Amino acid sequence: MSHKHPVTTPRKSATFDDYTLSEIRRAAATGIYDIRGSGTKRKVPHFDDLLFLGASMSRYPLEGYREKCETSVTLGTRFAKKPIELKIPITIAGMSFGSLSGPAKEALGRGATLAGTSTTTGDGGMTEEERGHSETLVYQYLPSRYGMNPRDLKRADAIEIVIGQGAKPGGGGMLLGQKISDRVAHMRNLPKGIDQRSACRHPDWTGPDDLEIKIQELREITDWEKPIFIKVGGARPYYDVALAVKAGADVIVLDGMQGGTAATQEVFIEHVGQPTLACIRPAVKALQDMGMHRKVQLIVSGGIRNGADVAKALALGADAVSIGTAALVAIGDNDPKWEEDYNALGTTAGAYDDWHEGRDPAGITTQDADLMKRVDPIAAGRRLANYLKVMTLEAQTIARACGKNHVHNLEPEDLCALNIEAAAMAGVPLAGTSWIPGQGGF
Amino acid sequence: MPVLDLATTELRALNASLHALDKNGENAEFEVINPRGAHAVAVGIDAPVDVHIKGSVGYYCAGMNETANITVHGHAGPGVAENMMSGKVVIKGDASQYAGATAHGGLLVIEGNASSRCGISMKGIDIVVKGNIGHMSAFMAQSGNLVVLGDAGDALGDSLYEARLFVRGKVKSLGADCIKKDMRPEHIELLGKLLSDAGITDVKPEEFTRYGSARQLYNFNIDNADAY
Repeated sequence: MSHKHPVTTPRKSATFDDYTLSEIRRAAATGIYDIRGSGTKRKVPHFDDLLFLGASMSRYPLEGYREKCETSVTLGTRFAKKPIELKIPITIAGMSFGSLSGPAKEALGRGATLAGTSTTTGDGGMTEEERGHSETLVYQYLPSRYGMNPRDLKRADAIEIVIGQGAKPGGGGMLLGQKISDRVAHMRNLPKGIDQRSACRHPDWTGPDDLEIKIQELREITDWEKPIFIKVGGARPYYDVALAVKAGADVIVLDGMQGGTAATQEVFIEHVGQPTLACIRPAVKALQDMGMHRKVQLIVSGGIRNGADVAKALALGADAVSIGTAALVAIGDNDPKWEEDYNALGTTAGAYDDWHEGRDPAGITTQDADLMKRVDPIAAGRRLANYLKVMTLEAQTIARACGKNHVHNLEPEDLCALNIEAAAMAGVPLAGTSWIPGQGGF
Repeated sequence: MPVLDLATTELRALNASLHALDKNGENAEFEVINPRGAHAVAVGIDAPVDVHIKGSVGYYCAGMNETANITVHGHAGPGVAENMMSGKVVIKGDASQYAGATAHGGLLVIEGNASSRCGISMKGIDIVVKGNIGHMSAFMAQSGNLVVLGDAGDALGDSLYEARLFVRGKVKSLGADCIKKDMRPEHIELLGKLLSDAGITDVKPEEFTRYGSARQLYNFNIDNADAY
């Protein structure tokens, strides 16, 4: 007589989940760590964990469509003779030509210009496409100094000294040989087809005291005209910001761990650096402690997706935000219309992150002459401008609802948090309470 | 010849005067006295001018120079002629760290010794050092030529790309992927010209050893992980 026992349903481990198992198998097969683009994919406390309170008995709102809510921002008011004026508090983050195709860089410049904001070069120098199509262009000064020259420095509108980025604070970069076209190789003074390492430290200064002198040199070279930004990854935001102010920055760009990269080790992206939400208040506190809040402007980046994120970052004390990944999506990155091509690469639209391999179906993170034709810089630029406009309208909508006639008038008092972690990081009360974890003794 | 006294003139005024020179004009001449270790002296020039600096300078003298001939009659602090594009910079004394860092062109002559990281990440500049150079020199050097009449410190040419290194004296150690190479006739000819450009007549190219990249680290290979 057979007897069949009830069986339990197959259960997978939460610790050894499918992704983890696949990574172990991949590592065992190849002997090399996984490299990918984009930012962290893990869930971390973020702006979604905050809510605005809105107007009520004690606060009165502004009328939508009628009463003005300003969005302009001026960057570089501390020392620069020619600060930059932006119509909206959303800028385009640094992304390199080399990592991105020429048409993609042009689209970013066109979109930013239509929206009245700035775009930023990246490792690899300034291209004619982006200078020509960007009304306001920030020129990155990176450790590799690929393509760095005084002519481009002088025709930039601002200079951004890159110390680190949120995806990999403390890390350099690598542009793999397959993306090194003749043009990229020429701009970087290196042979075609070899892997190009981007150093993690600057070659001619060490530490904030040296940086102060480096900034003096850059100001002298450019006759004190250009605002000088310092970009840091989300590592030790209070001290990093304080030291950047001491070194003489006009503007500080603070990039949290959701910020993207062209290519870095997965382990670096997922395990080094702090979430954007955790970085803002310490950074603002450093500025306030030094009497420099609003005098040295703070730009926050890393996971900004919509006008609510913009409004929340500003409410916590930022002067502006910067977008990278979202801008790429606006110009066509990971578009489902290329699903068949993504499938052929073993992935799916929305998950594609092998940006370093140069085979991007959307034609953005590639130097392949045929693939890059898939980006129409005019149409893509228009989409980016539309997206920036929507974000701005959304931020204004929230600001008006909080009774603010400028988005910069948003403040932490306008916010509450949905969970304890976000309340602690943002320094705002847990919803329904007056409790700000970490303040008041416990 | 205009004389600018940095004891009584602001650095800003000096650099502004040098920037105001006509890029396509006649060759000008400036003398700078009392630099007293000032940083960023004669930076960002883009005009035909001879600048004579009488004394020692701090960081980044002649930074991003184009076209100008700059002579420091003294010692130079860190990053002299960093990111130079063209022109000529001569240091009569010693130079500190990162001399000629990331420079794309021109000629840098250091008549004394150069400290560590001389020619770091150089991208086309020619550097001639009459004395010795310190450790980690020519680190990640991409192109151009580094000529050393004396000795080189530890880890010369670590992770270098296509730059050529010529050393007359001893090399304490070579960095990752840097190897000794044959001096072929074209190298003798090139070195002869570099020595001549630097005003050196009493040393023969045949006395030097050439070092360059083994090109084994050009494309990432996990089997090379121990090299880092």
